[in-house]
Amino acid sequence: MNVLLEVSGLDAFYGASRILHGVDIAVARGEQVALIGRNGMGKTTLLRALMGLVPDCRGEVSFAGRDIRRAAPETIARAGLALVPEGRGIFASLSVTENLTMAARPGSDGRRTWTLARIFELFPRLHQRRNNGGHQLSGGEQQMLTIGRALMTNPDLILIDEATEGLAPLVARDIWTTLGVIRGEGIATIVVDKDFRSLAKIVDRVVLLAKGAVMFDGAPGDLTSRPELLERHLGV
Amino acid sequence: MDLVTFGVQLLNAVQYGMVLFLVASGLTLVFGILGVINLAHGAFYMLGAYLAYWIATYTGSFALAMAGGVAIAFVVGLLLETVFIRRLYGRDHLAQVLLSFGLILSIDEAREILFGKDVHSVAPPAWLAGSFQLTDNLSYPVYRLAICAFCLVVAALIFLVVTRTRIGMIVRAGAENREMTRVLGIRFDVVNRYVFAVGIALAALGGIVVAPVSTVFPGMGDGMLILSFVVVVLGGIGSVAGAAIGALLIGLTDTFGKVFFPSVSSVLIYVLMAAVLLWRPNGILGRREV
Repeated sequence: MNVLLEVSGLDAFYGASRILHGVDIAVARGEQVALIGRNGMGKTTLLRALMGLVPDCRGEVSFAGRDIRRAAPETIARAGLALVPEGRGIFASLSVTENLTMAARPGSDGRRTWTLARIFELFPRLHQRRNNGGHQLSGGEQQMLTIGRALMTNPDLILIDEATEGLAPLVARDIWTTLGVIRGEGIATIVVDKDFRSLAKIVDRVVLLAKGAVMFDGAPGDLTSRPELLERHLGV
Repeated sequence: MDLVTFGVQLLNAVQYGMVLFLVASGLTLVFGILGVINLAHGAFYMLGAYLAYWIATYTGSFALAMAGGVAIAFVVGLLLETVFIRRLYGRDHLAQVLLSFGLILSIDEAREILFGKDVHSVAPPAWLAGSFQLTDNLSYPVYRLAICAFCLVVAALIFLVVTRTRIGMIVRAGAENREMTRVLGIRFDVVNRYVFAVGIALAALGGIVVAPVSTVFPGMGDGMLILSFVVVVLGGIGSVAGAAIGALLIGLTDTFGKVFFPSVSSVLIYVLMAAVLLWRPNGILGRREV
């Protein structure tokens, strides 16, 4: 296995409260990993910590063989990580095209696979809305824009928080299709979502977080065969 | 007041507002993007005027004075950001006020050592030195019109950079959500350095442009600083378009206030500011949350 991201013994703190307790995760190149668990179990904090947005972290985080635990978000982004945050974080005062253009940069190995034209090809809806301001988009369009913007940085690993939260079923299906395209490009993904059934169909591996620690790490089928874990930690 | 006098006053008001815009746009950029209150902004306006005087005296060329003054101010801005200003990000206003007040004193001292404390005048470029004869006893200097035209060009350039270029997009995105821009790999430490340098260069440019129509003297930046803050607050902190509107309003209010209500003219711009803030507490184009 060609390891891209390796996290070991990661603790994260917000002030005095400890959110992550010794998390170990590894992601291979091109691998698609689902990160699941109830609200408040540390999923978002884990993604933010990987991106360099949690100042108080202990443990080891290496990405493509580089220690990134103490690195700044912009350095981590340039190393090949991209984040699609919860709540999208699109720039409301910029148009769709501007949101994508401002993010454009070559990947860590200099490739420019993702261009404005390719994003518009992937999301024709965004092309129709290209001159609209970020504040005029629907939730689904905002999510497409956020994913498109992350792809414009030509990442090796893309972190997607709450991929389909608040989206209509049809729109959510488009997002799942998009994850398939991302995988086809050989980009690794860590995706957080509440829809375990849909996730289980597409991902290679599932990581279950509970109270800031890894409860389960394995193939989706192995978790499906343990209903007591799903019941306790997802309420499924 | 006859039409010609009114026209002349109107031109004066616009020209005054335009120069105010140059200086205030730099202040609002630094305030809006870096979140730093730079009290030394007026000192760079003064420094620009002295640099213009100094370069024009030695080279005899106003164009060189302008290019050289702006270039020196830009480099000084880059250096100051790297050594001092970057330490202010995220600090409270007291730290910002203390440091930038210290900069005022240092710049004043440097000016005294380099150029002395004499009052100077700078000749406009020869091809703009004439006047239009409006009536038998009324003329209008060509250079003042040239200021208007020049400031319009600079304003258009700023507007184009902010709205049409990738760096403009990055600056706007950063003003809206700094964390997200960093997550996308934008190095805001570099962006900040250049924004500060551009802000300082705009202040100096303001001082250079007015040097031929006003006198160059040590305290010339003080009044300009206060007016620039009024413009920034009036227009909405961080908004360049707001600064343009605010600057023109101040130019008109001040100029016509002196004509029609000379006894109260000095408070009129503050009355205007208070009125605007009652109507829009975040300024004319200010966003709700600053």
